[in-house]
Amino acid sequence: MGFEKFGRRSFTSQTKVAPFVDYLEKGELRGTRCKSCGKQYFPPRADCAACLSNEMEWYKIEGPGTLISFTRAGFAPTGFEEDVPYTLALVDFNGTKVFGRLEKDIPEAEVSVGMQLKVTPCTLSNGQLSYEFVK
Amino acid sequence: MPKDVAIIGVGQSTFYRGYQGSIKELAFEAFREAMQDAGIGAADIGASIVCSAPEYDSQRSPSGIIAEYLGLNPQPTFAIESVCSASTSGLRAAYALVKSGLHDVVLVLGFQKMSEISSADSQERMGRGADIMWESPFGTMMPACYAMHASAHFAKYGSTEKDLAMIRVKSTKYGAINEKAVYRKELTLEDALAAPVVTSPLKKFDCCANADGASCVIVASKDKAKEISKKPVWFMGLGAATASMTLTGRDNLYAIACAKKAAQEAYAMAGISPQDIDVAEVHDCFTIAELLAYEALGFAEPGKGVELIRDGQTYIGGKIPVNVDGGLLSKGHPIGATGGSQVRTIVMQLREEAGAMQVPGAEIGLVHNIGGVGVYGNVIILGR
Ligand SMILES: [Zn+2]
Repeated sequence: MGFEKFGRRSFTSQTKVAPFVDYLEKGELRGTRCKSCGKQYFPPRADCAACLSNEMEWYKIEGPGTLISFTRAGFAPTGFEEDVPYTLALVDFNGTKVFGRLEKDIPEAEVSVGMQLKVTPCTLSNGQLSYEFVK
Repeated sequence: MPKDVAIIGVGQSTFYRGYQGSIKELAFEAFREAMQDAGIGAADIGASIVCSAPEYDSQRSPSGIIAEYLGLNPQPTFAIESVCSASTSGLRAAYALVKSGLHDVVLVLGFQKMSEISSADSQERMGRGADIMWESPFGTMMPACYAMHASAHFAKYGSTEKDLAMIRVKSTKYGAINEKAVYRKELTLEDALAAPVVTSPLKKFDCCANADGASCVIVASKDKAKEISKKPVWFMGLGAATASMTLTGRDNLYAIACAKKAAQEAYAMAGISPQDIDVAEVHDCFTIAELLAYEALGFAEPGKGVELIRDGQTYIGGKIPVNVDGGLLSKGHPIGATGGSQVRTIVMQLREEAGAMQVPGAEIGLVHNIGGVGVYGNVIILGR
């Protein structure tokens, strides 16, 4: 339990990496790192596919990152209609890629592949926790 | 590559906007055509493989009910699913069953009645096509993920919305002459460019239409094919690969890695190179997907795919005709039926039975069928 607090709309509540949400609440975006082989994961995972270990520690992801790609969505699946339009994006933070949305206030004309962005945890209008990319 | 496994029959239903019948009846349309094409009876079929994307099915475990309706009891049947590439994944299994000697003849039936569920259900399920833990909570859908590939390709190589529109114009030219296509209207470049944006940079006509449809492919061993078929088409190469479903796990978004790897495997198995392909069916669920396919399949160097469409080289008469049956964009994309429909087109091309869509003298053809947004990649090379 706990993971249902993540995202505009949550689809699942149970995962061993639910502490991700606790870090979000404290204002931090974190991934997991394998204590045995050092491999870093984002999204965070409880198990290391490289060495099979389940001993993980949390590491902090910080900016600046680089925008790899984006799209401005003009329609949405159920539960996201009132957010339209929104910009989905993939951002690279020093080799850790993070999927999410751009902050709504960034003008469309200012968005381009390669631009520098930071990531910041946020509380959504429905009280859910998430993160967004800001300039 | 020895000619030891053949395709001896192909069939396809018309692709419909909303089919007024059951999934069994839809499947039977393709089945009847393939059985008549092969000139065999149900008793000749050793096993059947049924392919669909379960999120659109009301029927649970459809292989049982479909096999019953096709008259294929008591032979074994089972389902194979890899979303949009389900029926070429089924074909790969059929190849293995025949090649192993376990069965002489295996039938692959792909279907989807996308109108089986309401548009509200469809909109709800659409959001769960990505990783439900890490992507869906942001409001993702398949067109958005392909759109992100388009933005990345534009930024990396300078391709444009106009290049994508040119791909749709080609698609409508051939969709207009394909009696089984759902979209039969020709579009101009201006029409395509003026359409409303769905998810930038993709516009309405960059996206394929939902459709209801079925396809059927019958696979046979060498001995069986020689015994019963006057015009077998032979497997030359098969390749299959996957990539991470979450976009965070991809090296980049300006290429489809699983398609490239599957293509390399298929070319190696066939002992040929991209220049040897006479006609290709590629998975153009979106215009950008066709452009990415040109590059994954080696028809063009990375970043040079746009030159093929700008020079008209993927039309009939060009260097490498691609999707000259209208592709998914115009033919429609009934998920589980799509791969089998692509295979049918290539088989007909290699038999010189493609009518107005015929590429003169085609001897080697290629099918590229992708499930999800570059998650599951199947490439199959067929020859006379
Ligand atoms: Zn490890």
